Amino acid sequence: MMRFLLLFSRQGKLRLQKWFTPMTEREKKKIIRDMTSMVLSRQPRSCNFLHWKDLKIIYKRYASLYFCLAIENQENELLALEVIHRYVELLDKYFGNVCELDIIFNFEKAYFILDEFLMGGEIQETSKQTVNRSIEASDMLQETMEEYMSKPAF
Amino acid sequence: MPAVSKGDGMRGLAVFISDIRNCKSKEAEIKRINKELANIRSKFKGDKALDGYSKKKYVCKLLFIFLLGHDIDFGHMEAVNLLSSNKYTEKQIGYLFISVLVNSNSDLIRLINNGIKNDLASRNPTFMNLALHCIANVGSREMAEAFASQIPNILVAGDTMDSVKQSAALCLLRLNRMSPDLVPMGEWTARVVHLLNDQHLGVVTAATSLITNLAQKSPDDFKTAVSLAVARLSRIVTSASIDLQDYTYYFVAAPWLSVKLLRLLQCYPPPEDAALRSRLTECLETILNKAQEPPKSKKVQHSNAKNAILFEAISLIILHDSEPTLLVRACNQLGQFLQHRETNLRYLALESMCTLASSEFSHEAVKTHIDTVINALKTERDVSVRQRAVDLLYAMCDRSNAKQIVAEMLSYLETADYSIREEIVLKVAILAEKYAVDYTWYVDTILNLIRIAGDYVSEEVWYRVIQIVINRDEVQGYAAKTVFEALQAPACHENLVKVGGYILGEFGNLIAGDSRSSPLVQFNLLHSKFHLCSVPTRALLLSAYIKFINLFPEVKTTIQDVLRSDSQLRNADVELQQRAVEYLRLSCIASTDILATVLEEMPPFPERESSILAKLKKKKGPGHLPDIDDARRNVNGSTEHSENAEAPKTGSNHPFTDLMSVNSPPPVANSLLVDVFSDISTPAPVDVCEENFSRFVCKNNGVIFENQLLQIGLKSEYRQNLGRMYVFFGNKTSTQFLSFSSSVASQDSLKAHILSATCVLSPQLNVHAKTVDPIIEGGAQVQQILNIECVSDFTDAPVLTIQFRYGGALQNITVKLPVMLNKFFQPTEMTSQDFFQRWKQLGAPQQEVQKIFKAKHPMDSEVTKAKILGFGVALLDGVDPNPANFVGAGVIHTKSTQVGCLLRLEPNTQAEMYRLTLRTSRDSVSQRLCDLLSDQF
Repeated sequence: MMRFLLLFSRQGKLRLQKWFTPMTEREKKKIIRDMTSMVLSRQPRSCNFLHWKDLKIIYKRYASLYFCLAIENQENELLALEVIHRYVELLDKYFGNVCELDIIFNFEKAYFILDEFLMGGEIQETSKQTVNRSIEASDMLQETMEEYMSKPAF
Repeated sequence: MPAVSKGDGMRGLAVFISDIRNCKSKEAEIKRINKELANIRSKFKGDKALDGYSKKKYVCKLLFIFLLGHDIDFGHMEAVNLLSSNKYTEKQIGYLFISVLVNSNSDLIRLINNGIKNDLASRNPTFMNLALHCIANVGSREMAEAFASQIPNILVAGDTMDSVKQSAALCLLRLNRMSPDLVPMGEWTARVVHLLNDQHLGVVTAATSLITNLAQKSPDDFKTAVSLAVARLSRIVTSASIDLQDYTYYFVAAPWLSVKLLRLLQCYPPPEDAALRSRLTECLETILNKAQEPPKSKKVQHSNAKNAILFEAISLIILHDSEPTLLVRACNQLGQFLQHRETNLRYLALESMCTLASSEFSHEAVKTHIDTVINALKTERDVSVRQRAVDLLYAMCDRSNAKQIVAEMLSYLETADYSIREEIVLKVAILAEKYAVDYTWYVDTILNLIRIAGDYVSEEVWYRVIQIVINRDEVQGYAAKTVFEALQAPACHENLVKVGGYILGEFGNLIAGDSRSSPLVQFNLLHSKFHLCSVPTRALLLSAYIKFINLFPEVKTTIQDVLRSDSQLRNADVELQQRAVEYLRLSCIASTDILATVLEEMPPFPERESSILAKLKKKKGPGHLPDIDDARRNVNGSTEHSENAEAPKTGSNHPFTDLMSVNSPPPVANSLLVDVFSDISTPAPVDVCEENFSRFVCKNNGVIFENQLLQIGLKSEYRQNLGRMYVFFGNKTSTQFLSFSSSVASQDSLKAHILSATCVLSPQLNVHAKTVDPIIEGGAQVQQILNIECVSDFTDAPVLTIQFRYGGALQNITVKLPVMLNKFFQPTEMTSQDFFQRWKQLGAPQQEVQKIFKAKHPMDSEVTKAKILGFGVALLDGVDPNPANFVGAGVIHTKSTQVGCLLRLEPNTQAEMYRLTLRTSRDSVSQRLCDLLSDQF
């Protein structure tokens, strides 16, 4: 099972946090601190896996963002890397060449996409098409651009 | 302005986020946030009812503020209100806020549950998915209670949409992990297994995760999943990559599902059915073959997905540990990866090989890669890869390559990262001890260890070297000579001074004949280090000095002068001062004989598990340390053991006290031999007190009897077929007990007395009881020692009969002594393969005894563990596919024979029942052990 997924920038700014088990805010802060300092201090071209307490940490950098996924000990590291990659692909497909700003300004979308893909720390749907279809379907339920522009800006 | 690519966006939110990003300082950011919070608060409190959009926007802003790391103490109610909106976007934001911000014990749960209930009943798949996600995300007990019974129905209902089935399966999995008692098995379980055949691969993937989890808890209920999983796997691995459409990932067919299926199969032993087994073997072979094929894509995703399946298949092969050809192929494949240009693959290959090294079939094959691994240790740039290389070297070490591996680890230690030095030190120390053929090599290695990485040498390590030197006469002279030489170095580590001080204090006489290491030279050498050392080391050196006075009368005055100096006698540290004063006094007034007795050479330490191994285990956690095969490696892993019931068995637990105190008590002389099963005259008993008897099944110490007059405490220790019990009689009154006597008899002989028939039983148990003082003063305690020998297996416990006069009245007390068969257990560690093999060998119906019983105590797995360990068997991790079950193994030692015993305890927390199964080679033993243990839970 996956335990948590963190996205943070090279400066250590947290961009997304997803916790698959209940945790106190204090524990979360501690983990975020540990992860950013551990991962950011790694040399380039090191392997993508780390041991941390009883978990395996799988991380990968995409442009300016680090994706950091914690999995339980018996889980498969390589596939966890591909979980990250698939999520990046999904974001990319949705935002069209995703960048850090997309995730900052549309953080709720990033969560929704993640929720279509993973659930309870397990993979829910691995098909890119299926996930995209459901994201698009839910977008259809939302407003158009014109409606958006007519909204108050406060 | 950000690009809002699609759909809605909340303009106010985007503006707010921009503002925050434009803040130049933390203070400005906080100011902006406080302004926004005030704004939102006033909107929420305002009289005008907010429309859904505004509510959504403000809730989303609050969420953003929270995710920035600020506290949010309002808005929850508004978020909950959004759940009942019929607009999808509003509902979605409501659920998102709840899953991020509402923790599992919030008061809002009941309100949230209401929203979830409506959405689950809505038949709208999008709403249902949101609700199921929320249950899985929040993970509250109250939520689980409300919906746990409903979700299985959603999952197996014929008309549920595929996407809802996926969510339902994973939601149920989450609930089962969190509160397994709320997810009862039922008729739905059989239907869940059949989801493995579903058309929709997404449904199969989610269902496989669920089934794997359920099967770990109750493997028997999901046995049918094995054949379905093998069939499904076989279809996937033989499919052309385009068959599975979008479930093909970079030319690899359904990698996630394949890995999940392989994981599911890891919950079960290899299939018994030959056809199924060969089909599985075929699958695994196909996977191994594919690794040799040229890649279909140069993308790393392709190779990752492909190798993910390969590694999972190798895990299964290693776990089954039954097909030598597959194991060797797996090993060769990993061998290739050891030299792969991808760091990730090298890392994983090193890791997997560690487990492979513990299988008999592949241990030799793993060893052939030693040079590559050593090379990895020297050349890898990444510390975590080097760490894995150290682990693997440790796992592949045996007698044949120990010297090479230890030498390599030592040389790596000089440059190793600080973060892993201590662990390497422990590993080197363990290997050096375990595979030492000649102990001079061992001593050299440890001294090197201290020289190279003294700061990382923990106390356990240097305690251990002293224990070993003391226990082995042949190495003592060498050790003394070597430490003496090592101490010559101008700067040597304090740990070396400790070892040196201790060893020269004990064995300095062995090298004193040489004028270059005469007593005075030795003393001056040690004392030259004294002032640079910490207090504990100085204390140790003072003890070494007094030992010198005993060993070498010629340096007595020199040492006395040192002890007498102000820096010792008036030392500010109370421990040092006291030692100096006492040692000085001792050296002045004691005759040589007394001094020689007090400072006699240390007696050998009892052999037991190395304390450093225990430390390494603790450091790495049981899962991380490669399983060390008992037969091959000769380690008795009774770490946790000593903490529970058996502490007295090995004497004192703390290695430090071990070093300082004399250990095993001298054998008891003049004991009275009582063969408890022979016919001896005992006064007719009143009734035998056995109320505390069963408490002693899993522990050895405690109070066995207490009334207003007398308290009887017990302390016992057992080794193999022998035991010793210390019985403490405490007089609780202020008056003397007169004519006190205490004797041991068998229960049968007592019965025999009542029936007034002579009963000749075969002597199964001998108890020698020492006589006790006939008078116990008021408030005093006397001790009686019983020596026990188990001749053959037995059922009835001996009884202790006590008689005394208190205030003129004769008191008769009879207590059943807790000497049970399980006390003669020696724990046995074994691998899962050995375990199952023996389990099968003991398959005759009369060898197995099984009992199903209701739990009498709360079902706490830690307590259960402690009890099983206290029972005397080794608790085997990772043998039972279901981690909730307990599996143990041990050997009962009797004088005539040894009986191997295997046990398995399966708790069922829902029903609050246990099932206990015992298999031993003797039916009477199985029955007796089952009766004893089943009473404990």
